[in-house]
Amino acid sequence: MTHSHEPLIKLEGINLHFGRNHVLQDISTELHKGCITTLIGPNGAGKTSLVRVVLGLTKPTSGKIWQENDLRIGYMPQKLQIDQTFPLTVERFLKTARSCSRTQMLEALKDVGAESLFPQSIHNLSGGEMQRVLLARALLRDPQLLVLDEPVQGVDINGQLELYNLISRIRDERGCGVLMVSHDLHLVMASTDHVVCINHHVCCSGHPEHVTNDPSFTELFGVQGGEQLAVYSHHHNHRHNEHGDIVPESDCQHKGPC
Amino acid sequence: MPDFLLFALLGGLGVAAVAGPLGSFVVWRRMAYFGDTLAHSALLGISIGFLLDINLNVAVIFCCVGLALVLVTLQKQRMVATDTLLGIMAHSALSLGLVAVALLEIRVDLMSYLFGDLLAVSQQDLYWIFGGGISVLLLLKILWQPLLAITINEELAHVEGVNVPITRLILMLLIAVVIAIAMKIVGLLLITSLLIIPAAAARKLAKTPEQMAIGAACVGCLSVIGGLAMSWHFDTPAGPSVVVASLATFILLYSLPVKNQL
Repeated sequence: MTHSHEPLIKLEGINLHFGRNHVLQDISTELHKGCITTLIGPNGAGKTSLVRVVLGLTKPTSGKIWQENDLRIGYMPQKLQIDQTFPLTVERFLKTARSCSRTQMLEALKDVGAESLFPQSIHNLSGGEMQRVLLARALLRDPQLLVLDEPVQGVDINGQLELYNLISRIRDERGCGVLMVSHDLHLVMASTDHVVCINHHVCCSGHPEHVTNDPSFTELFGVQGGEQLAVYSHHHNHRHNEHGDIVPESDCQHKGPC
Repeated sequence: MPDFLLFALLGGLGVAAVAGPLGSFVVWRRMAYFGDTLAHSALLGISIGFLLDINLNVAVIFCCVGLALVLVTLQKQRMVATDTLLGIMAHSALSLGLVAVALLEIRVDLMSYLFGDLLAVSQQDLYWIFGGGISVLLLLKILWQPLLAITINEELAHVEGVNVPITRLILMLLIAVVIAIAMKIVGLLLITSLLIIPAAAARKLAKTPEQMAIGAACVGCLSVIGGLAMSWHFDTPAGPSVVVASLATFILLYSLPVKNQL
């Protein structure tokens, strides 16, 4: 698979303080067209804060953000809580993305395998169905960059695999860039092109390694599932003390991020 | 039909038609207490209006908008919880208004401001109700999409290019205008009910936000007709009768054997 390396967004030396908390420390990274970037890290590492900076929802304390002119972002929030008093069908919800025809809406739903949900109330959807509808809505905006904050949250393991497959298929078909957040330390989808591991600062980043022969994965998820799962194993040249500061240590070689 | 009854009917229908769609937003965005707080400050607006010798409707609108801005600013400081803040503001504003009316020795019929005086609607009032009402409905129509977007999710709306703070501010402004024109109908203590009850009743049968907004306007209009009829036949106070009629509609709709799948 070839990817163009046209950057969509460039972050340079992003710092973010919340009071005394130094949430993001000197983060620099780029998001490219046709490239799936996965952001991983432990809870409270600042993943969501970084996504909010990318989306322009939070202004960083310092640092530079460059983005392509009139960049169309399709955002899929972690959770969308819609008040029960708000009557909303999937059809009407999709229409809030932009004015579009019934055919276009059905096509977007078909893309995510959720056509049957079209006439349903948004309040009756399961977690996985809601994620698909949110994705369809993001697609209707014909985005150059898809931003997905923990897209598989509340979805069972098979559903997670399906959703990850779906996201990589969408990237293949549309050639858009994807930024995804995952707090899962072990599972990073196989088709991720670039992994950024953060714990307030960028611990490391690079291509994920594929695990195809690991028997425990095959056992857990079946052969097909095992093939689609990958562990991003990497070596750190530092560790963190109890304050989260970096302590250089060249011979530390643990598996799993941060 | 005597003139005063016709004016009352027209005024009531005009207010109900605007209160329905706007009240839907109050219900969706859980702004009931916020609306109540703004309404409570209306009397303060009246006394300021008398003091400065300006049109009372304009004074009430400015007072409501001013209070809304103060509320938003204080909310950001997070000194106290929002409901506490609203409680403090609502009752302080009402008390300040009552004190100001007494201090300035303004001769007003307090009861008509507190509970409305639908049967005393004048031609002048009708101009205000229809002028204000049509402006509010027009703005609602123009801003319908961004208003729905911030109601669904403010962050999603922001990412998709909606100016969230401005849209929110306009919604508050619209609520302030509706409070000013609805005061004549049901009085400042009952205004929120005219916003909330028809919208809540319409929720039962609505599948989309548009259906709920229009349904709320219809329920509101029915309530005005019912309330006026009650007032005419049983000599009950008109404002509270309208509220009772809308409550009856609410109960009737919710006891219908229609299963609400939505």
